[in-house]
Amino acid sequence: MTSDFFILMKSELSLVFIIFLLLILKVSDVFKSNSAFSHFSNVLLVLNFVFGFLFNSEGTLFNGMFYTNSALALEKNILNFGVLVICLQAFDWLKTHKHVAEFYILLLSTLLGMFYMISSGHFLMFYLGLELASIPLAALANFDLEKRKSSEAAMKLILSSAFASGILLFGISLLYGATGSLLFSEMPMLITDSPLQVVSLIFIFTGFAFKLSVVPFHFWTADVYEGAPVAVTSFLSVISKAAMVFVFISILMPLFASAKDLFYLILLLSIVLTISIGNLFAIRQDNIKRFLAFSSIAQVGYVLLGLSSGNSIGISASIYFLMVYLFSNLAAFGVISIVSSQSGKENISDYKGFYTNNKMLSWILAIAMFSLAGIPPTAGFFGKMFLVTAGASKGNFVLVGFAALNMVVSLYYYLRVIKAIFIDKNDEPIASISGSISHHIGLILCFLGIILTGFAGGLYEYIAIAFKL
Amino acid sequence: MTNLTLLILVPVLTAIAVMIVPGTKNIRWTAFVGSLIQLGLSVGLLFSYLGERAAGNSAQMLFTTRYSWFPAFNIEYFVGVDGISVTMLLLTAVVVLAGVLISWKMESLNREFFFMLLLLSVGAYGFFISLDLFTLFFFLEVAVIPKFLLIAIWGSGKKEYSAMKLVLMLMGGSSLVLIGILATYFHTNTGNGAHTFDLLVIAQQHIPVGTQKIIFPFLFIGFGVFTALFPFHTWVPDGHSSAPTAGSMFLAGISMKLGAYGCLRVATYLMPEAAHYYSWIIILLATIAIIYGAFATLMQTDLKYINAYSSVSHCGFILLGIGMMTKIAIVGAVMQMVSHGLMTALFFGAIGMIYDRTHTRQLELLGGLLKVMPFLGVVYVIAGLCSLGLPGFSGFVSEMTIFVGSWQNPDTFSRVATILACASIVVTAVYILQATAKAVMGPITNDKYLTLTDATWNEKLASVVLILAILSIGLAPFWFTDLINNDTQLIMNNLVRGLSSN
Repeated sequence: MTSDFFILMKSELSLVFIIFLLLILKVSDVFKSNSAFSHFSNVLLVLNFVFGFLFNSEGTLFNGMFYTNSALALEKNILNFGVLVICLQAFDWLKTHKHVAEFYILLLSTLLGMFYMISSGHFLMFYLGLELASIPLAALANFDLEKRKSSEAAMKLILSSAFASGILLFGISLLYGATGSLLFSEMPMLITDSPLQVVSLIFIFTGFAFKLSVVPFHFWTADVYEGAPVAVTSFLSVISKAAMVFVFISILMPLFASAKDLFYLILLLSIVLTISIGNLFAIRQDNIKRFLAFSSIAQVGYVLLGLSSGNSIGISASIYFLMVYLFSNLAAFGVISIVSSQSGKENISDYKGFYTNNKMLSWILAIAMFSLAGIPPTAGFFGKMFLVTAGASKGNFVLVGFAALNMVVSLYYYLRVIKAIFIDKNDEPIASISGSISHHIGLILCFLGIILTGFAGGLYEYIAIAFKL
Repeated sequence: MTNLTLLILVPVLTAIAVMIVPGTKNIRWTAFVGSLIQLGLSVGLLFSYLGERAAGNSAQMLFTTRYSWFPAFNIEYFVGVDGISVTMLLLTAVVVLAGVLISWKMESLNREFFFMLLLLSVGAYGFFISLDLFTLFFFLEVAVIPKFLLIAIWGSGKKEYSAMKLVLMLMGGSSLVLIGILATYFHTNTGNGAHTFDLLVIAQQHIPVGTQKIIFPFLFIGFGVFTALFPFHTWVPDGHSSAPTAGSMFLAGISMKLGAYGCLRVATYLMPEAAHYYSWIIILLATIAIIYGAFATLMQTDLKYINAYSSVSHCGFILLGIGMMTKIAIVGAVMQMVSHGLMTALFFGAIGMIYDRTHTRQLELLGGLLKVMPFLGVVYVIAGLCSLGLPGFSGFVSEMTIFVGSWQNPDTFSRVATILACASIVVTAVYILQATAKAVMGPITNDKYLTLTDATWNEKLASVVLILAILSIGLAPFWFTDLINNDTQLIMNNLVRGLSSN
């Protein structure tokens, strides 16, 4: 039993270990410089990522409260990797920051919360994980301590999170009243399509929709993304989204198993609204972080399209897409973070003539944009294609047509960024920017990911096998 | 020389090499050598293909390679060639080589420029050898990035508008294709409810006629956008005229053929019943494109616009040939693809060379260029004569074949369409002769032109390669028809099946 405990919770325990280690190191003041601290933490994260692949097993703990298997381990590995890349890219920003240790500790606590959320077998555990994943995040959003916008972002994030949690809890309590259980392993059997249960499911869905910024629950997204520091924005847009999609798959979809038609209807509405509103608003943005906020809203719509198929193809396509999306979005944010930390510029119009002084960064940003738009040979093409294919497996070709034509709209606004970088003239283009080695490694990892993930059919197989229902 | 994957690898490696080698000179030579090897491979492929056929190999596709790529969706990397693909590959290789040569003097960002050119060619090579719909679509889309950047960075005039318009319209076309491909995929059944993207397997599956009628328009219009199907041709004039010389050559010479090839190989071949059902619409739209394109060209004063609008008209012939659905007409359509690809590449090349020297493409400002630049002038005249279909050049052979094939359809509608299409040749002659007379003949209109120099070696080489290719089809069309005869017969067999069950 005890050995089970250590093996099944090894991802969580390793994070807890790192968090406490960093805390002790911070208090004992071992590291004299920020860079040394960051390097040390990054090495720990690399080890943590490698450790994620070892000793994976399947089982439950605490009477079904905690559950893990190879698919969930894979999800955690994806998140581990994303956090590692974000930390690598945050290096230059953290170099002069007063609270580098706190950044790591808060970030990893959030990640820990997500892990518990993913592994939860019970609504109580799930809710604990969810809160652990949201509250430190709000503190992180405020990490540009001298900026008013940053505090505003934190405030908006915590309020909307609280609101979402409230709705979610309301749904959960109704569901508990109707079924008398909170264990995920029991609930699908107990759920019928009685009106009370349907209402409770809709409330729970709304809670999820808030976190995923599905339209019409997306209003917090753009403001928070704009105000928060770039590292936190990339965490919000990639890691938080991915974690929420993971629990969407493992928790929400089984709950709706007895109300499939209703679920499909809700998804249909959300997909159409999310993709079109996300796209329409992205066209008009000038701040590149707001721009990416709306583009990520549209991307979530595509993920939902894949999931609407409700079969294992849709699930593996979504996981695959999230991985591709992680590489692409982090590549984009990697460039943006270094530009923002060295020149303070965050508008698309500032990027005019970017290519004159920063060839490599321009190419990486451009490839990231093409990948987000789903243009081959980048991995984004494969990700989008599989999502659309999965969506089509339901036979709703009107929806597929809608999604396919919206890819044209999205291409338009991604091309706007490309146009600014390569074509538009600018008398004072952004000066040549040199990042640290850590930052370069972060970018190169993303770049390789964007180029290679698509061609690696084996990777998709790996996911598909892990998620075989 | 039977590994088709080499045809993708060589340009990819060349493109990577271009990004790495130091120095402007080395970049050019790398690109040149790479395209030369590629041309060598394509010619080698032609001979080994003919050898296999002569040895009695009657498989529909030769030199096939198949790897499972994404088994969850039954997506395969599946390549192979028949006569039609071989000719398209040869066309691509010739145009790419000429395009690289024409861009020899490219000054600004030439590393990126050659990289983009080669990436564009990768898309075309891959597209023509793919036998898996997913792989085919992948390669169709690969060309999006280079098309946009080529026009938007190195173009002229209102380049940003044109690049955006072109890319968005083509992307719209490919999203229609995507819907069509997915719908086809989900209507196949290879046992146990499994689906397939395999083109050859799908051709054997009898997709219900009602379903075909829904899917076919998506596929045909989607690919049609690429090949300037009326009324989706509006990207052609803007895109071609704003693109840099090599860009226009690639766009008109290769890119538009992707669409035509897709219309034939994917839409018509896989959906024969629906193709018959909709053939009158295809013929109608193609005839409108032919007539409208020809008359629109009459009104143009910019050399590139003249060629762009005439491309709309000439690509109409391809669609007309496909729409007529007789064997001879389809052979003619394939010939027209190759012929138009070569001719228009030569034309755009000549216009580019003229523009580099005179810095104008306006007809009223040009004149008498033949006197100062005899070689260039002659090239321009040859391109024009080929375009208007003078016997001896490829244009005559292919258009003639299409007309003969079209005439085989005895109904009044097809007859009228054929007559109208034939009549458009007169208009073609008018605008070509006008443009030629004004630009290269006559008195020299501007004293500055007296100091202009004739074509350099690279430009001469590019022109000669293209002219030789044109002549080899125009003077000896039979090796060409023999090459594609067998494969059009297979497409025809499917179409006949479609006709009988309609």
